[in-house]
Amino acid sequence: MERIKQENIRNFSIIAHIDHGKSTLADRLIEKTGMLTSREMQNQVLDNMDLERERGITIKLKAVRLVYKAKDGEEYLLNLIDTPGHVDFTYEVSRSLAACEGALLVVDSTQGIEAQTLANVYLALDQDLEIVPIINKIDLPSARPDEVKKEIEDIIGIDCENAPLISAKDGLNIEDVLEAIVKDVPAPKGDPNAPLKALIFDSYYDSYKGVVCYIRVFEGTLKPGMEIQMMSTGKTYEVVEVGINTSKHVQVDKLEAGDVGYVTASIKNVKDARVGDTITDKNNPTAEPLPGYKKVVPMVYCGIYPAEGEDFNSVREALEKLQVNDASLVFEPESSAALGFGFRCGFLGLLHMEIVQERLEREFDLNIVTTAPSVIYKITKTTGEVFEIQNPSNLPPASEIASMQEPIVTANIMTPTDHVGAIMELCQNKRGKFLNMEYLEEKRVVLHYELPLNEVIYDFFDALKSKTRGYASLDYELKGYEESDLVKLDILINGELVDAFSLIVHRDKAYERGRTIAERLREVIPRHQFAIPIQAAIGSKIIARETIRALRKDVLAKCYGGDISRKKKLLEKQKEGKKRMRQIGSVEVPQEAFLTVLKYDEDK
Amino acid sequence: MKDLSIYIHIPFCIQKCYYCDFTSFSNMNDKIPKYMNSLKAELNLYKEKLTDSTIRTIFIGGGTPSVIDGKYIYDLLGHIYNNLKIAKDLEVTIEVNPGTLDREKVKIYKEAGINRVSMGVQSFNNELLKSIGRIHKADHVYESYRLLREEKFENINMDLMSGLPGQTLEDVLSSVKEAVDLGVEHISHYSLILEEGTHLYNQYKKGKLNLPEEDEERLMYHRATDYLIKKGYNHYEISNYALPGFECGHNLVYWDLMPYLGLGLGSHSYMDNKRFYNTSNMLDYIEKVEKKFLPIEGEEEINLSSAIEEFCLLGIRKINGIDKGQFKMRFNVEIENIYGDIINKHIKNGLIIDNGKAIKLTRKGLDLSNLVEVDFLK
Repeated sequence: MERIKQENIRNFSIIAHIDHGKSTLADRLIEKTGMLTSREMQNQVLDNMDLERERGITIKLKAVRLVYKAKDGEEYLLNLIDTPGHVDFTYEVSRSLAACEGALLVVDSTQGIEAQTLANVYLALDQDLEIVPIINKIDLPSARPDEVKKEIEDIIGIDCENAPLISAKDGLNIEDVLEAIVKDVPAPKGDPNAPLKALIFDSYYDSYKGVVCYIRVFEGTLKPGMEIQMMSTGKTYEVVEVGINTSKHVQVDKLEAGDVGYVTASIKNVKDARVGDTITDKNNPTAEPLPGYKKVVPMVYCGIYPAEGEDFNSVREALEKLQVNDASLVFEPESSAALGFGFRCGFLGLLHMEIVQERLEREFDLNIVTTAPSVIYKITKTTGEVFEIQNPSNLPPASEIASMQEPIVTANIMTPTDHVGAIMELCQNKRGKFLNMEYLEEKRVVLHYELPLNEVIYDFFDALKSKTRGYASLDYELKGYEESDLVKLDILINGELVDAFSLIVHRDKAYERGRTIAERLREVIPRHQFAIPIQAAIGSKIIARETIRALRKDVLAKCYGGDISRKKKLLEKQKEGKKRMRQIGSVEVPQEAFLTVLKYDEDK
Repeated sequence: MKDLSIYIHIPFCIQKCYYCDFTSFSNMNDKIPKYMNSLKAELNLYKEKLTDSTIRTIFIGGGTPSVIDGKYIYDLLGHIYNNLKIAKDLEVTIEVNPGTLDREKVKIYKEAGINRVSMGVQSFNNELLKSIGRIHKADHVYESYRLLREEKFENINMDLMSGLPGQTLEDVLSSVKEAVDLGVEHISHYSLILEEGTHLYNQYKKGKLNLPEEDEERLMYHRATDYLIKKGYNHYEISNYALPGFECGHNLVYWDLMPYLGLGLGSHSYMDNKRFYNTSNMLDYIEKVEKKFLPIEGEEEINLSSAIEEFCLLGIRKINGIDKGQFKMRFNVEIENIYGDIINKHIKNGLIIDNGKAIKLTRKGLDLSNLVEVDFLK
């Protein structure tokens, strides 16, 4: 393939809120540029994991290369770099954006800008990207493009006069978008003869090729056979293959400054090809890596245990397999008195956690039990020793603790003004500190709060969604640690402490949480031959108590005639139910119990 | 020679009771003659296989076997006697509903060799009877019972129910007393079980059913049991009581895991290490039998380990429990070798005892027998 000159390359991303039409627009761009026939296209080409599709979000990044013949008669090479669309993946988003010179800001003309979109726009502006506004869904009767344009101008301060008005769904005015990319997104710069400097913005494991790194070359040239070095780890590899992504991987002989493509070099684990790292030429290294690399650290932890009858090793193997493709997932073995042997796993955030849990269940067909998510607390002991814990069970006795700190996030909640009251009440309830409120327009505001992360990971998303009927959107980032009056809340079932239920909570919340958990456990634990007390306790002090009444009758006192199979079926059903139980002391606790305690309660 | 029992299903009813989920119809009377012929034809299909079997018990159940003309029953039983080997002490039971009997029918039953009659009484409280969809009243019970005695039936069972909507402890005890005072030889005392799809179940789902509390229902059971024992009845299965020597041979066949052949719509059989059951579709049944095909809809192989499970989960329902010697004789292994842990667990739980000879339910175990039975399933 003949090389297109650097000044005709455009590298860009699409920034959009979930449902605002990012994937549909990507499909249309791919169609219009003729790289794919309609038949080759699955709907929504960029989201290739089922789970993502179901949730309508994109988790793994990908890049696709389009060739577009513009109205000026020239051929342009458009590299579309996809970004994940969730708050947990801010860092990945920032690295994808760093690989671009511009970003399309797609806004739903019936909805306006959402918090998360705005957060990503700011990320793009931080990278000095050119923002190209696109007004989508103008086919809908409730579209209000002028208002939305004005909103973008007011909030972000970019000119929207010539913003393409499109309907990605109907394929309306897609050419305008392509022309805007050519006209407004700057061409990359960079010297193909300089020492190599390439940014890894995504990687995944392929069982034939090893790790495939998606890269943007900023300086120099990358060719097969070259010895390359990862600048953060110092590890070196020999390049096996370089290529570009059309509808599939296409090998090329080199990638030059300005290009987006992939490289494989027999790398065994995605951990060795970290997102944000700089690849250079081992024999002619660049002086400085690209800015912005950081090692991603998990913010949320939970225990993942094999369910009754499930094999510990199968869970470990599955986690290992996921980790090969997910450098931000960490895990280590742990054990719980209630749940046996399992793993403490760390995630970027709640969504990341849910995705991993679901993939274990769906892709690996595993039965797992997960414990309540926890954050990392910093503990100062009376001896002066300072350490971190991410499992409440590891908290030393209160008498040995001098002070505790918990992570605080700054949260931006964007909402129609109608819901401000409800959100403020919620944030108040979640120990939030109000910072300020900005009016985006007459009927929309963004609320800035500081919130303890441990409240956010409990049921904050669900509560926010429920209280605002889905209209509010949230984005947060870690601010730092603050001292807090925290206690360990224990749950005792039939007098026995169940470590898997232990939580660290703020003292003021302990009573309410304890009572809620006890009530829910009373509902989900089946009745036994004996009455079962369920208690919530702080240290030795019981703060809430519920009782599950004793089972008085469980007998088939009926004549089933000769139909023994039927009777057996009833018993087998009962047996199946028992199989999904965890034996805790003499009490059988269903696996749902571990989840139920986390669910948001609509009535509260 | 092998012992065998026969169950015959008569799926016709005047009206379906509100708690009933057995195969029965109230709108298929035109099929009665055909159906009764099919039963004979179905038996013929098994005839060759049963040349080395002796029939010990026959049970004609339903539905309501007493709604059809007595001559059909006479005819059917005659067909069995003519074609199979019959034990001398053959027990032949028929289920009847009070109010569907007359002297002629009862006489025919007697002539047909029926020697045990099971009456679907349920309660002597007319309001309760109405509320569960029974078509008879208490007076019909007295009348039918008198007829049966006059025609020299000497082994009569009454089915009674507790746990009915609106039923009180007094209701239950007075019905039990009424049956005892009449002098029945056998009482089956069942608890109402709400089966999906029944009228009562639907009402229950709508929250319209005022069922006795669990504790109250258990009290009904235990007080009734205590009373019957005091009156000389032998409590021999969770729900069954008999004067000495009047235990129902046919039901014991089920609980002892002995073979039986079910004839008719939706009936179940256990023979030659297999459980199998017939279609519940009337037309399908008649057509298959007509073409000399077995009307079997499904079957399950009962291998050694299933047999052990079933022997235990059925056997434990008997008040005398699982006889350890019989277990050993039958399976050539001690029951403890297989269920030692489970037996110990439930002895500890207070649900069963081991008296050296047998494993049996305690009084508490009678309330919670499912917990024990479930554990016999491997």
